[in-house]
Amino acid sequence: MDMGVKTMSYREAILDGLTLEMKRDSKVFMAGEDVGIHGGPLGISVWKEFGAERVFDTPISEMAIMGLGMGAAALGLRPVVEIMFIDFIGCCGDEIVNQAAKMRYMFGGKVSLPMTVLTTSGAGIGAAAQHSQSLEAWLAHVPGLKTVMPSTPADAKGLLVSAIRDNNPVFFVQNKTLYDQKGDVPEGEYLVPLGKADIRREGDDITLVAWSGMVQRCLAAADLLAEEGIKAEVIDLRSIVPLDKEAVLASVAKTHRLVIVQEAPRTCGFASEIAAIVADEGFDLLDAPVRRVTAPDTPIPFTPSLETLYLPDAERIKAEVVALLA
Amino acid sequence: MEMSAEKVLGMYRTMALIREFEERAEALFLGGEVPGFMHMYIGEEAIATGVMAALRTDDLITSTHRGHGHLIAKGGDVKLMMAEILGKSTGYCKGKGGSMHIAEPDLGILGANGIVGAGMPIAAGAAFGCKYLKSDRVSVAMFGDGASNRGTFHESLNLAAVLCLPAIFVCENNGFGEGTRQCFHQKITDVSVRAAGYDVPGRTVDGNDVVAVYEAMDEFVTRARNGGGPALLELKTWRYRGHYVGDAEYYREASETVPWMEERDPINRCAELLLTKKWATQADLDRMGADVKAEVEEAVEFARKSPFPGPEELMTDVLAD
Repeated sequence: MDMGVKTMSYREAILDGLTLEMKRDSKVFMAGEDVGIHGGPLGISVWKEFGAERVFDTPISEMAIMGLGMGAAALGLRPVVEIMFIDFIGCCGDEIVNQAAKMRYMFGGKVSLPMTVLTTSGAGIGAAAQHSQSLEAWLAHVPGLKTVMPSTPADAKGLLVSAIRDNNPVFFVQNKTLYDQKGDVPEGEYLVPLGKADIRREGDDITLVAWSGMVQRCLAAADLLAEEGIKAEVIDLRSIVPLDKEAVLASVAKTHRLVIVQEAPRTCGFASEIAAIVADEGFDLLDAPVRRVTAPDTPIPFTPSLETLYLPDAERIKAEVVALLA
Repeated sequence: MEMSAEKVLGMYRTMALIREFEERAEALFLGGEVPGFMHMYIGEEAIATGVMAALRTDDLITSTHRGHGHLIAKGGDVKLMMAEILGKSTGYCKGKGGSMHIAEPDLGILGANGIVGAGMPIAAGAAFGCKYLKSDRVSVAMFGDGASNRGTFHESLNLAAVLCLPAIFVCENNGFGEGTRQCFHQKITDVSVRAAGYDVPGRTVDGNDVVAVYEAMDEFVTRARNGGGPALLELKTWRYRGHYVGDAEYYREASETVPWMEERDPINRCAELLLTKKWATQADLDRMGADVKAEVEEAVEFARKSPFPGPEELMTDVLAD
């Protein structure tokens, strides 16, 4: 059956995916802070359609919210629990790292936790140091978790549906600056598989790898580079864990140069892992060192002028590429 | 409530089994056969027994680092437990969990836990699951006085209260949070007073009186099954051994344990009840003692004979398909 395509925002696409799954599977429910009658601080709420039995507010209790997800998942339900800002995962660190990620392994495979954790990341709106981080590297470092970070409305819908259907704890990390971005989204049931990157733009001269908020900046950088005759290939990872390293290596086989762009601090960011993988498995493919364009090793400043400086932008990405090709 | 001879005899046997299992496991540990850490439940048997006696197999529990007693009382097979403790592939968790992480969802056991207080949020979540699925199952979080100071206690009890979940929070107050006496880790003496802070019923009961434990638990379980919401049950006891096997126990005197062993031992008190009510003779009790000894010996043999998991097990069970 040929499903249509509709233009909708990132926010609308997430709500579409959530609604789809909640209609399809009565085992899916949603809980978190302000997800009910408040409508969600960023507009992610399906409370009006499904009511308080399936969509409800929790106290400000991240440990209990994660416990809600784990306990319900252990009974075979498919909870979608929200940790409002990824910066708050420190409030439920044990629940994520020592419980959710490890229960299956420690129990010899006896339980599975089919839970989805909705959260948000990203700087750029002046939310300051405690509400703007990108902490995917923390999650990626814990075996037993999956993490996805869509950058387009279509991917947001498709990855959310896949995340909810996945039988593991999946962190669905939205970017808070992308909610109003519009794009074409397939209608009806639409899945984007976890662990598959997307080549957003093809090119032969350099590979740019990014995810979440940095994808658009890489595409903007690619436009600037095109003006100088440099054809950049832009890969949107979409999925942090599982990682589509084959897509990255295949691209580097073609371009021989790699720049990874992340909005998280430089040291031990996920870009470091990608760089290590390519240095190891793609060493013979490279004609230049792997470079990372990242935020500095500082907390995120509040004032707009410094926040702008903090985030990699198209100009900085372009400059790094040009330097690499020189 | 009228207790039946059968019920009390059953509880006596469970306590005897726990005691025998723990003493044997402790000996194995001291003999170098058990890797890692072990935390003995000796002296606290009436709590696990009385609590689990009020539950069905399909009710859920989360346990603690000191969980062998909980697991046995919930129906755990001592062979599979002993094998897990020794790290064998025939153990409940294929040897990948060990003493602190034994689990069996088919018995409603959502795991022992190596993190103090970590079971409470999971138990609250499971209670939500029971309610959402419209079943009358209940969920029980076992934890200690030490754990009652963790944020997980407060968040879980509050969540369970506000959502009216069928969750029973069972606090085994053995007077110590790890190596720190209760009076140094909290100002209160009765953890049950904290229930008022969440507007749920709270009660303190002699944790070494297995009948009293059972009756109190049964009341809260029945209430929860009928939609009455969560409760906090505090059971006071004393652990005969240190926090972990190998603990030099500088924080207390050996003489403090003596009155508990001599006058308040849960198994002895139950024996007295059985004999007084003529629900059993001493010969019956001796026979039961020999029985559990044989059962545990069989478990040790099974565990010792079992193989360790092969190298291929290192990489399995990280993620579900």
